[in-house]
Amino acid sequence: MTPLALTSFTATSAIGRGLDATYASLRALRSALAPCAFETVDLGTCIGEVAGVDAVALPPGLEEFECRNNRLAWLGLTQDDFAAAVEACAARHGRARIGVFLGTSTSGILETELAYRRRDPASGALPAGFRYRGAHNTFSLAAFVQRALRLSGPAVVISSACSSSAKAFASAQRAIEAGVMDAAVVGGVDSLCLTTLYGFHSLQLVSARPCRPFDASRDGISIGEAAAFALLERRPASLEGDAVLLVGAGESSDAYHMSAPPPDGRGARAAMLRALAAADLVSEDIEYINFHGTGTPSNDEAEGRAVASVLGSEVPGSSTKGATGHTLGAAGALEAVICALALRYGLMPGGVNTTEVDRALPVSYLRENCRRPLSAVMSNSFGFGGSNCSLIFARADRSR
Amino acid sequence: MSTLAAYVDGVGFLGPGVGDWPAAAGILTGAASWESGPTVLPLPQCLPSTERRRTGPLVRLTLAVGLEATTRAGADPATLPAIFTSSGGDGENCHEICQALAAPGRQLSPTRFHNSVHNAAAGYWGIATGATPASNALCAHDGSFGAGLLEALCELAVERARVLLIAYDASYPEPLHSVRPIPGSLGVALVLAPERTAQSVAKLEAAGTDAPADHMADAALEALRVSIPAARSLPLLAQLAQRTSGRVVIDYLDGVRLAVQVNPCH
Repeated sequence: MTPLALTSFTATSAIGRGLDATYASLRALRSALAPCAFETVDLGTCIGEVAGVDAVALPPGLEEFECRNNRLAWLGLTQDDFAAAVEACAARHGRARIGVFLGTSTSGILETELAYRRRDPASGALPAGFRYRGAHNTFSLAAFVQRALRLSGPAVVISSACSSSAKAFASAQRAIEAGVMDAAVVGGVDSLCLTTLYGFHSLQLVSARPCRPFDASRDGISIGEAAAFALLERRPASLEGDAVLLVGAGESSDAYHMSAPPPDGRGARAAMLRALAAADLVSEDIEYINFHGTGTPSNDEAEGRAVASVLGSEVPGSSTKGATGHTLGAAGALEAVICALALRYGLMPGGVNTTEVDRALPVSYLRENCRRPLSAVMSNSFGFGGSNCSLIFARADRSR
Repeated sequence: MSTLAAYVDGVGFLGPGVGDWPAAAGILTGAASWESGPTVLPLPQCLPSTERRRTGPLVRLTLAVGLEATTRAGADPATLPAIFTSSGGDGENCHEICQALAAPGRQLSPTRFHNSVHNAAAGYWGIATGATPASNALCAHDGSFGAGLLEALCELAVERARVLLIAYDASYPEPLHSVRPIPGSLGVALVLAPERTAQSVAKLEAAGTDAPADHMADAALEALRVSIPAARSLPLLAQLAQRTSGRVVIDYLDGVRLAVQVNPCH
């Protein structure tokens, strides 16, 4: 595929608002997972909650989009001069030539969950003022972001559970390559809600402690929330050496089970191989891998096998979900931004919380930060329904 | 937006009172009149019985139209990348979850939860057909069909291989029905090819437009078009059914719609 430049990117998660705070947390090996005190949730679990989301005011005129997910989206968009970068891009290409391709799994469903507690006792109706289109519908996120950034190109939400926002990069890349648009705001936003907290609990996939990806005694995920965005454009004629490119994307389906991967990780393996082929790279070119690494016994086992079969057992890797929690539909975009920071600063972030790496997993798992100039890194994202996506990012000054 | 081309190799259709694509084509050409009725969903024989029990109506709907389209196209469904697009996914399942979360104890069924993902239909499609290529799961509210068609055409342009597009929607039960009144279930599937094949029935050439979307001349069909998001495909399907050349505009977003030139292959 034709590489695309990430001309701007930003992330907001429990470990920080914007890139500086995110990078500082990664450097400090800080985990933001804390006992759950969200809403009225009464589960013994830890979460990665973004502070201050409900105090965020949406831009004037966009009140129809009020919900926690869009407030988190706006909080994310207002970091790192991202909106200014989109404006500059619009001046170059025109507003109709910039797409909005975003991932979310639950959009503004929290509003509906709360509205169901306030149904009319006689008729069962939802409370007056309930907004389906602006809050509940899955597309609400892309509609809001498109309006907030005053763009008028194609817009879509990709909603394939925990691979959603990684796949948004792949879809946008195709649309740019096909000539439909010149640039895209890509990313993902997912926010805390009862459906996912109680849902993952019902599947017994939630840890009572902060999650410990790839640990010998790992016992489930910790749910988090995040908003992460990147501006994807064709590679400009001149680019700073530390600029980051999307060079490969690979997607596959497990065709196996709704909520568990095949034990041999063959779907994950296929996605990674397709990403390498798209990037015209070989496995030895990948210097760091950001694992999907959710912290459930079966997910990490399948991914470990898949990674070892594609990249070998020596490539350093870590899951940053011990720091941020599993941000579900935003995880692909959040971890894409973490990969971009890794490339920019030459930092492979250690996987926090993990104390004893599972020796049965044939990977080189980093528990401590490791500094080394990096030129190409991979990020994995896998979701329910057997939806897999691997992305490869590289520095612009990378020489083969 | 540059022009994107594709050949239609197979169509599948299931909707209120309409059992398959030939029945739909008869109605869309005016050869038969349309009487709305329930959308009759066949039981998916291709799913293992353990999975079949867990499937809701939407999985049956998408399997039926997907298999009809791939059969007509002479394509092995296991080999096709698939794009699923829907405004609301499984509304019944969503209602049950919200109801459970509003009740004391908040007992959520694990099956309900894993079926709540927007890509549930895509996941079951893979399990049923063994399809391991990429699948996608999109949403653009009322413009979901347009978004899916655009994604399919971009995949085709870049990957140069056949793809399957499945657009589908179903009703919400109350109280969500009152705020999103989708009156019934409708699914449409297209197998699209980059080059003409022996099965190709028409060539599509699509480009962006700000022109208004075409309406259906028949008032009942127009009411169907605007009330079920997947039925925004009807002007395109009508042009395919008529087997004549013509240009249709289908809905996507306000200000971004798709103008599709249709030229039959026969």
